[in-house]
Amino acid sequence: MFKWFGLVNFAPFTKVTDFAQHLKDGHLKGSRCKKCGATSFPPRADCEVCMSGDFEFFEMSGKGTVHTYTKIVAAPTGFEGVSPYIVGVVDLEEGGRALAWFGETIQEEEIEIGMEIQMVPQIFEELEDIKVYYSLEKPGTTWAVTDSAR
Amino acid sequence: MARVGIIGIGHGVFGRRSDATVQELAFEAFRAAMEDAGIEKDDLDASVIGSVPEYHKQRSLPGVVQEYLGLVPKPTWLTEVACASGSAAIRTAWMSIKAGIHDIVAVIGCQKMTELTTPEILALMGRVGEVQWESVFGTTFPAYYAMFARRHMHEFGTTHDQMLQVAIKNHFYGAKNSCALFQKEITMEKALESEEVATPFHVYDCCANADGAACVILAKEDRAKKISKKPVWLDGMGCATASMSVLRRPNLVGLPSAEEAARVAYEMAGVGPKDIKVAQVHDCFTIAEIMAYEDLGFCKKGEGGKLIEERQTYIEGKIPVNVDGGLKAKGHPIGATGVSLTYEITKQLRGEAGERQVKGADIGLTHNVGGIGQYCFVQVLRRS
Ligand SMILES: [Zn+2]
Repeated sequence: MFKWFGLVNFAPFTKVTDFAQHLKDGHLKGSRCKKCGATSFPPRADCEVCMSGDFEFFEMSGKGTVHTYTKIVAAPTGFEGVSPYIVGVVDLEEGGRALAWFGETIQEEEIEIGMEIQMVPQIFEELEDIKVYYSLEKPGTTWAVTDSAR
Repeated sequence: MARVGIIGIGHGVFGRRSDATVQELAFEAFRAAMEDAGIEKDDLDASVIGSVPEYHKQRSLPGVVQEYLGLVPKPTWLTEVACASGSAAIRTAWMSIKAGIHDIVAVIGCQKMTELTTPEILALMGRVGEVQWESVFGTTFPAYYAMFARRHMHEFGTTHDQMLQVAIKNHFYGAKNSCALFQKEITMEKALESEEVATPFHVYDCCANADGAACVILAKEDRAKKISKKPVWLDGMGCATASMSVLRRPNLVGLPSAEEAARVAYEMAGVGPKDIKVAQVHDCFTIAEIMAYEDLGFCKKGEGGKLIEERQTYIEGKIPVNVDGGLKAKGHPIGATGVSLTYEITKQLRGEAGERQVKGADIGLTHNVGGIGQYCFVQVLRRS
């Protein structure tokens, strides 16, 4: 159900569709190539190293450091209601990078390049439709985890 | 192998052109280039259109342009690599001549951007990045370059003040360019007063959407020499890509595509950065020009901020850059921009740039970036 991912989703159909289900259950998953072991975040189904299409998800710690960031004041369609918002690019502990919003545990004035963060699965509680994402929070921030049924 | 020369150039006025359709804009530039070349339509073998389709109501633009220019039944095709579509058009025309298929080809970069409604523009704005993992967080075009800027500041101590000095320089020259959207100088105070877009950027850090067209006509060496008194030669043609997603880039303080395209162009032309007398670079945002100085080798990595602060990219400086106003002052009709860059360098190398002329300019360079660096084209051009 990849259409769950993001306040506005532009790519509902993908081979890594289970990522969103895992995120809803509180699990942050990267992808690992079953043939050569190459890992990726964001996850990808097809390995760019050995070209295998056989992959599995693996659990990420969500630990990372801020690489860069910006506060977006002029927001595009679908994001007017949440602007201004601060997005950051973070280098993840297990490799790869993520782009995400800073969450409620970090104040704007505290943000600096190199600071440690915890990437946390989130759900838009106030929306009727299921919409999940991840946010950048203070290290040590915890969240609810349920078993991934699927 | 035979060289490819530029034998004709034309440039329309960039701006909010509510007086013309996109094919009418194309005609303005085409007519000027044909007059400049002094050839007839029958001399042309083909046309190439550089444009980004999603801004136009008319689907499949080359057809309507080709008809309006009166070039039917000659071949035409469209090239699209976002904001570098114009340079891609020049590249495919150059390739077709190099391959011996065509002798003379017209390249028209044209774009109408101001017909879209604000909601349409805002919707497009939300899809400039990689849409699966990035656009879901509401990223925008300025936001990506703002993140490059923030990282550049962190690693090299570049300042926002230095970035705005790029805008001030480009508006200074834009004030002397009758084709520019903004023909007015700006001050640091005014730039800082402008609204925030994506920190640290204000409105004056960003180029503006515009309508417009530019045209260059290319010819095989023997034909170029016969037709033109002062052909300008496309001697170095570099082209490279970088990952669509910024999450997969080696660093966020430059454009790897630009470095690679420059390397290829310099090598093909047998020159280096020190040989370049005048350059046109893709200053879609102020930091983009500073990163271009570095990616093109005009200064060391991290010293781009200092280069503009020391005014080395003014006409009197070590390496004049964007002395036509750049995208910043001219406006950025995305399909036309690449062709506009080549137009300006051709003028400079012919010695026809008037009060903006760089004295003794014999070798010039263009740098045209698509998107947030996913595509980059670098040309090295020579007078003789
Ligand atoms: Zn593999």
